[in-house]
Amino acid sequence: MDAVISIKNLIAKYGDITVLDDISVDIFPGEITVILGSSGCGKTTLLKNILRLVEPVSGSVKFWGEEVLGLDDIQMGNILRKIGMLFQSGALLNSISIYENISIPLELHTKLPRTLIDRIIKVKLNLVNLSEAIYKFPSELSGGMKKRAALARAIVLDPQILFCDEPSAGLDPLTAASLDELILSLKKQLKMTIVVVTHELASIHRIADKIIFLEQGKMLFNGTLEGAQKAGIPQIDTFFKVGRF
Amino acid sequence: MSCRIVNNILYLEGSLNAETVPETLIEVNSLLKYQNPNTIDLSNIIVLDSAGVAFLDELQSRLTTEGILLLQGANPEIQEVIKTFSSLKLEFPAQERKMGFFEKIGDSLVLAGQNFYNVMLLASEVFYWALIGIFSRKGQRKGSFAVQCSLLGSQALPILSLLSFIVGFILSLQASVQLANFGANVFIADLMAFSMVREIAPLITAIIVAGRSGSAIASEIATMQVTEEIDALKIMALSPVRYVVVPKFLAITVVMPILVMFSILVSEIGGGIIAIDYLDLSVYTFVQRSINVLTLKDIVTSFGKSIIFAWTIVIIGAYCGFQVKGGAEGVGKATTSSVVASIFAVIIWDAIFSLFYL
Repeated sequence: MDAVISIKNLIAKYGDITVLDDISVDIFPGEITVILGSSGCGKTTLLKNILRLVEPVSGSVKFWGEEVLGLDDIQMGNILRKIGMLFQSGALLNSISIYENISIPLELHTKLPRTLIDRIIKVKLNLVNLSEAIYKFPSELSGGMKKRAALARAIVLDPQILFCDEPSAGLDPLTAASLDELILSLKKQLKMTIVVVTHELASIHRIADKIIFLEQGKMLFNGTLEGAQKAGIPQIDTFFKVGRF
Repeated sequence: MSCRIVNNILYLEGSLNAETVPETLIEVNSLLKYQNPNTIDLSNIIVLDSAGVAFLDELQSRLTTEGILLLQGANPEIQEVIKTFSSLKLEFPAQERKMGFFEKIGDSLVLAGQNFYNVMLLASEVFYWALIGIFSRKGQRKGSFAVQCSLLGSQALPILSLLSFIVGFILSLQASVQLANFGANVFIADLMAFSMVREIAPLITAIIVAGRSGSAIASEIATMQVTEEIDALKIMALSPVRYVVVPKFLAITVVMPILVMFSILVSEIGGGIIAIDYLDLSVYTFVQRSINVLTLKDIVTSFGKSIIFAWTIVIIGAYCGFQVKGGAEGVGKATTSSVVASIFAVIIWDAIFSLFYL
């Protein structure tokens, strides 16, 4: 099976500080890969470097076998249309309603008529259980609702890959669990490849097919959750031990 | 993607996704002008996404009025996609009815009335705590008055000086051409002194303070509101008005007349350059006439109205800050509203003063 995302020898720095040190990893289709590690280990930075929100110093990032480092904005835009991103804060545009937030990618990237756009938005909001908030503004929603609305926006173009940055951070356990269920159903029903950045142990146990464990910018482990727990790596053992309730 | 109708069955073949749907829709619409199918055959659909399902839902909604429309031939994978993305049985709240023209006017008037009432309430609270604050420093941080005097006053001096100088220079230049035509060169001093002291210096200072300090007050309070700092003050049994607004209110009461005085001086210098250089007035004549033409009433009115302008700016800035809703965008809106409302209010006050103190 060919990897959908292939990262080779990725190095990222903030000034003189190396935040990602020689990361190499392949992510395969239809899997949920969880990037985990303690705060400040480089999880979000890795995500931003993969998507070129921050340019890495060196290395290679390939989507579907195509090298993306060095692509111009138009070429990168063509790749990004097949990708969805759920930001940690939701990153909804506050000045427009939830309906309008979700309609933006459809209006700007497709030639679909308004009636069909309307139907797609309603379906996507229904998928994230947020039908009642369709005409509300982001400021009128709770944290969990904002995350779900942002998820509806992220999946509105049926992306093949979905990136989620700390989807359950700051949410109560029930809302976090329901968001995890949603991520699982997206994988099952839409056959998405999903990359999740988190350090929530409960989420990791619920959704992870594969995990990538980072520690101070270095990749300590890449494999299954069971494999990580049996690998005998002290940092990983401590992470799971301390995080267990 | 291709489509055809045979024996009342609409056959769709190929990929039905966001890219192909717009063209397919045109093709199908042209076929439906002549025939009404009762079934859609999906056995040759290779790719289907949510846009494709929305298209099928739309077709079904349109055609079911003519009779029952069936989907047939879809493989399990396509059936699963249809099941996931179908919008046919979804229920959504209706969009709120938009207000009519007169409703909007009425709503705006009611809102303006409520805002005015709330501003008056805030103003009364500010005056109350400001009066208390003169006698008791409790509930205010030490040094906050001095810090605010610096922020609202001395840091505004460079921009105020520059603008006042330019305005004085321009006004004098324009007037000097007309006065020279009548040989009334000496009256440039009267004109500059009158217009600067009674009108332009207080007004220009107020506009600069509204743009610079009023917006800063609104955005500071709005950010505090958004980040729950105002709530934190309330929980600590501190009055946000007393803690945040009153130091600014007292500081601007003191610094505004000073700023106006400074503006008058600098604009007179700007005007004086033209008077001396272009109209051949001596420095002594220009200064003497400028002083002689002014009365105590002019100066008191000028400083008096500058204090009223300052209070208006602080109270409106604080009110817009406290009223903020939403996040970062709300802060921006509050700041803009405070500047617009402050300048509007200042000009209204100026008009009132002009009517009463001609």
